[in-house]
Amino acid sequence: MSVLIFAELDEGKLKKSSQEAIFYGSKVAGMLGTSATAVVIGAADQNELATAGRFGATKVLHAADAKLNEVNGMAYASVVAAAAQQEGAKVVVLAKSSLGDAMAARLAGKLKAGLAPNVIDLPDLSNGFRVKTSIYTGKAFAYNELKADVKILAIKKNTIAPEETDATASVEAFTPTVADSDFVLKVTNTEKATGDILLPEADLVVSAGRGLKGPENWGIVEDLAKALHAATACSKPVSDLDWRPHHEHVGQTGIKVSPNLYIAAGISGAIQHLAGVNSSKVIVVINKDPDAPFFKSADYGIVGDVFEVLPKLTKAVQALN
Amino acid sequence: MKILVCVTSVPDTTTKITFTDNNTKFNKAGVQFITGPYDDYALARAVELKEKLGASVTVFNVGEADAEPVIRKCLAIGADDAIRVNAEPIDAYFVAEQIAAVAKETPYDLILMGRESIDYNGGQVHGIVGELLGIPSISPVMKLDIDGTTAKMTREIEGGKEDIEAQLPLVLGCQEPIAEWKIPNMRGIMTARTKPLKIVQPAGQDSLTTVASYELPAPRGSVKMIPADEAETLITLLRTEAKVI
Ligand SMILES: Cc1cc2nc3c(=O)[nH]c(=O)nc-3n(C[C@H](O)[C@H](O)[C@H](O)COP(=O)(O)OP(=O)(O)OC[C@H]3O[C@@H](n4cnc5c(N)ncnc54)[C@H](O)[C@@H]3O)c2cc1C
Ligand SMILES: Cc1cc2nc3c(=O)[nH]c(=O)nc-3n(C[C@H](O)[C@H](O)[C@H](O)COP(=O)(O)OP(=O)(O)OC[C@H]3O[C@@H](n4cnc5c(N)ncnc54)[C@H](O)[C@@H]3O)c2cc1C
Repeated sequence: MSVLIFAELDEGKLKKSSQEAIFYGSKVAGMLGTSATAVVIGAADQNELATAGRFGATKVLHAADAKLNEVNGMAYASVVAAAAQQEGAKVVVLAKSSLGDAMAARLAGKLKAGLAPNVIDLPDLSNGFRVKTSIYTGKAFAYNELKADVKILAIKKNTIAPEETDATASVEAFTPTVADSDFVLKVTNTEKATGDILLPEADLVVSAGRGLKGPENWGIVEDLAKALHAATACSKPVSDLDWRPHHEHVGQTGIKVSPNLYIAAGISGAIQHLAGVNSSKVIVVINKDPDAPFFKSADYGIVGDVFEVLPKLTKAVQALN
Repeated sequence: MKILVCVTSVPDTTTKITFTDNNTKFNKAGVQFITGPYDDYALARAVELKEKLGASVTVFNVGEADAEPVIRKCLAIGADDAIRVNAEPIDAYFVAEQIAAVAKETPYDLILMGRESIDYNGGQVHGIVGELLGIPSISPVMKLDIDGTTAKMTREIEGGKEDIEAQLPLVLGCQEPIAEWKIPNMRGIMTARTKPLKIVQPAGQDSLTTVASYELPAPRGSVKMIPADEAETLITLLRTEAKVI
């Protein structure tokens, strides 16, 4: 009856968003009077796996079949479904990510489960199983009643602040059979920015728009991002114009982010842009136009020229470090 | 080749969202409904593939009669016919069951959807349909070419992208820049009026979730302005006041 959490690896380490998912899952387990089990898929060393205990998992099921080394949403969903069956899990928790989203949907189909996407709070069990989700791209919230026997919760970043203990989780090998039909996609090429902070995972984001005038000017954006250890992002026209790669585009039709800090430089603040960033904790807007709509949604604002303001901010951060 | 394009009729992206009936109903008054922007990308690519390879394109929607303007617009853009399942789309599983039922009756080589709806932002219908039909689902797809029975795609992943090859049939969730949004021309609008739009009753009634109530976000507090020539004080405030760095 345990609560099952899918914990995603990035280069053999538990992702930060997955640590949050484990902590969230352990809280739900506490509410249900049961324990939390994490499923981890792919190569990772035992000590790393045991750290799931620090965030509240009592047990880790580790599926390490070499066939699973390559990330594969369909096969991974089958592994988690098998784990849910073995553990008799009625609640499955995942952190939202491109992999997590793909798996959640396949899992919902397999387990005929009620899936709550974009969860932003712990469930309310006082009257059924109710959970708050973000809808209309952050413009509203819904209290979803999950009626199915099995419930899947896909949580957004910053849903809960994980607390760590020094507990360790026991690690068990998990070897379900996964059908060949889960291995029919052939990945022929992968391009991934290395060494950068992944935008959906980032606590701090420095984003820039058409006000930067051209891709050759992104140095001042990257400098500030580097000083802050932040990820970089951009508005839609900037990625449409190929000034920046598409995976940096935030908004209604791009990535939705919910970092602690979102700095927007030279972005006007169109409603479709705001939709992707409005769940950020703190928003800073830098724009030379005092009437730019973005100021209405900001916590801090500077009316000024990005070419002067951004380097000043970078210097101030460097001075602080 | 047969292509099914699943489209939603959703509030325009500039809509100010409000609720009625003690926060239990979405307030449709004065709201302009549009084709889901991601669904529009899927449709545009389907029409391009039709022009290039000679496919048939069927538009599919689960919705009530008020979704028909969106469906007609899709026909005007170049789809050949349409199916509307006459039901309120209660939840993603219910919608997926309707799509799977239609696809079991008439097999499609490609079932194209948007990466996510812009009302519930679930991003789940494609995965559930793939599972119900026992075929692969891939999302978000930003490039799609067909070579015989092989689909060659590019999918966005965190911090990058990957190229994927797979055999048809497939379910895909689409996003830009898979194609440019298309605007219907006069001839398209005229012919759309007479293209077949079949209305069918829902298969199955499984809804696994319901919304008990809605809520609007609390407004952000007022903005604190910092003079540009004192820009560095922002960094101090972010550390001492907002405590985010
Ligand atoms: C269906 C739909 C979906 C969309 N989805 C998205 C989306 O996901 N994400 C998105 O971002 N947009 C989206 N858009 C587009 C959106 O409507 C805006 O067009 C876009 O966000 C504008 O980008 P921008 O702010 O970079 O450019 P602009 O609107 O051109 O703004 C540039 C800003 O920079 C300021 N500026 C110029 N020079 C300087 C300077 N030297 N110093 C300081 N400030 C300066 C200007 O005052 C201006 O405010 C969508 C639109 C539609 C219709
Ligand atoms: C009055 C009203 C009330 C609703 N109440 C709820 C509710 O309580 N809970 C809930 O989950 N949903 C509700 N919806 C339905 C919601 O609008 C979606 O159609 C459905 O839930 C799928 O949402 P999703 O975000 O998970 O889809 P996603 O998985 O994000 O959609 C992905 C793709 O699937 C396709 N697709 C999705 N929906 C449809 C559709 N209806 N017809 C054809 N193709 C489609 C599109 O191509 C879309 O881009 C309601 C809709 C209406 C009109």
